[in-house]
Amino acid sequence: MIVVKEYETMLEAYGKAGGNSDALKNKEIGNLVIHKNRVLSTNEVKGINVETEETETGVNIYFLVEEGAKIKYPVHLCFGVLPQEGLQEITIKINAQANSEINVIAHCIFPNAINVIHKMDAAIKIGNNAKFCYQETHYHGESGGVKVLPKAKIWVGKKGVWQSTFTLIEGCVGVLDYDFEIFGDEKSINELLVKVFGKKEDDIKIVEKIHLDGREARGLAKSRLVLNDNAKAVVMGETYGNAPFARGHVDCLEIVNGKGVIAKAIPLVYVKNEQAKVTHEAAIGSIDKKQMQTLMARGLSEEEAVDVIVRGILK
Amino acid sequence: MLEVKSLKLTLNGKSVMDNLNLEIRRGEIHGLLGVNGTGKTTLANLIMGISYPDEGSITFEGQDITQCTISQRAKMGITLAWQEPVRFEGLSIREYLKLSRNLDSNESESYLWMVGLSPAEYLNRAADAYLSGGERKRVELASVLAMKPKVAILDEPDSGIDIISLPHIMNGITEMGKQGSAVLLITHSETGVEIANRVSEMCAGKIINTGAPEEMCQWFKNNCRTCDHIGEPAYEGA
Repeated sequence: MIVVKEYETMLEAYGKAGGNSDALKNKEIGNLVIHKNRVLSTNEVKGINVETEETETGVNIYFLVEEGAKIKYPVHLCFGVLPQEGLQEITIKINAQANSEINVIAHCIFPNAINVIHKMDAAIKIGNNAKFCYQETHYHGESGGVKVLPKAKIWVGKKGVWQSTFTLIEGCVGVLDYDFEIFGDEKSINELLVKVFGKKEDDIKIVEKIHLDGREARGLAKSRLVLNDNAKAVVMGETYGNAPFARGHVDCLEIVNGKGVIAKAIPLVYVKNEQAKVTHEAAIGSIDKKQMQTLMARGLSEEEAVDVIVRGILK
Repeated sequence: MLEVKSLKLTLNGKSVMDNLNLEIRRGEIHGLLGVNGTGKTTLANLIMGISYPDEGSITFEGQDITQCTISQRAKMGITLAWQEPVRFEGLSIREYLKLSRNLDSNESESYLWMVGLSPAEYLNRAADAYLSGGERKRVELASVLAMKPKVAILDEPDSGIDIISLPHIMNGITEMGKQGSAVLLITHSETGVEIANRVSEMCAGKIINTGAPEEMCQWFKNNCRTCDHIGEPAYEGA
């Protein structure tokens, strides 16, 4: 009974945060809903095996995508802490076996956080020729009282694909320490994208590391940040070209829009094979004046123009 | 409809706009012809409110707008398409066309057709760096068309354009005239003003002549190409 009530409360919070709660009720769509350290719902679909283990402070998850399985609909993961205080530690081991394909959408909800810590430690193995697309979207309240600490190590097999997007643009970030590291084998595609809207006193650290270890591996470490008020951010995008014909790119854009903002970008490109190539671009600056003028010449006010540009960058 | 009177502007001690007068009539395509560096873009910026003159006035439908902001002028019905349109990350062409007013899908499609872009191919594409220069210019023109402005200032819509894109650009400008917009068509090429109703010659920050396109083009060929002012520093960015 308590689980049912918690589950309904989570769905309600998820819906209020802008998520589609129908997707979590649909039996054809795989899902896993966790509140603090309690597993409230799991729905496995054919080709996926999910095992969970509740711990004192979180949940251990073992997530298997079977060899050759092509999962039709995106699988939804929903993690949250609804009270003002709490600790949630998620440890997740993912094994996407060879030739499998899956899209996973993770929603992390902390609408009332005053003192909440959400940790995620992930070890992810993408098999040969497997494709794994992972989108993680956060919904935070306005108090900024949440620490989000997502860490992942990802191994991508031959011709495997990893594409992930981490989005935190709703509510105040609080403290974010994001650290994803990928090791890509031959002809693998390895892409990391982070989009964050920092405001008030938010403190943001982003580390994106891509090791292109296999011949013809491809990598993109991309980040888009908009910082208002007194928000601080440091972005470290690192790509290592370790094999022949490996190609990588680091792309960081930070828009600063507040007198107290501090923004840093530290790209690192490293090549230890003469046939590899890694490039980078990093830009920090205020909102582009000509973009503003163009939008204002279409009749938008200054505030509306800023809003269109910021929403576009974080889209 | 739009009148520029005795406009003066000095930058870094140098006169870049010197007692300039110009009148744009309702519904006309008015060519503004001049070699590089004569102050055409500076004038466009002054009319749009991107910069302000030291002296003189700009009136629109009888109202003095000299000190109005860009947004205020745009809300009155004045707009500008830049020589090099900017690119927007995360904004689709459909969204870009709808910035000025709410369009239904049919309207959005029709404006793309007017500039020779297939809506099926372009409407949901991003208005970003993946568009070529010619495509971006055509999208910019479509967005001006979508705004249905009373006055559209088009800054060198024909420059840097391939021979396939050019007729579509010219068609878009003609459509603008048909829908009742006055157009200030800025160019440094005689062929660029062939579709104009009247043409003004600009030289060293002044309008030196206004008349019929054929007459002005001939005058431009005979005089401006050998003019002493060619090669002077450009005033763009003023």
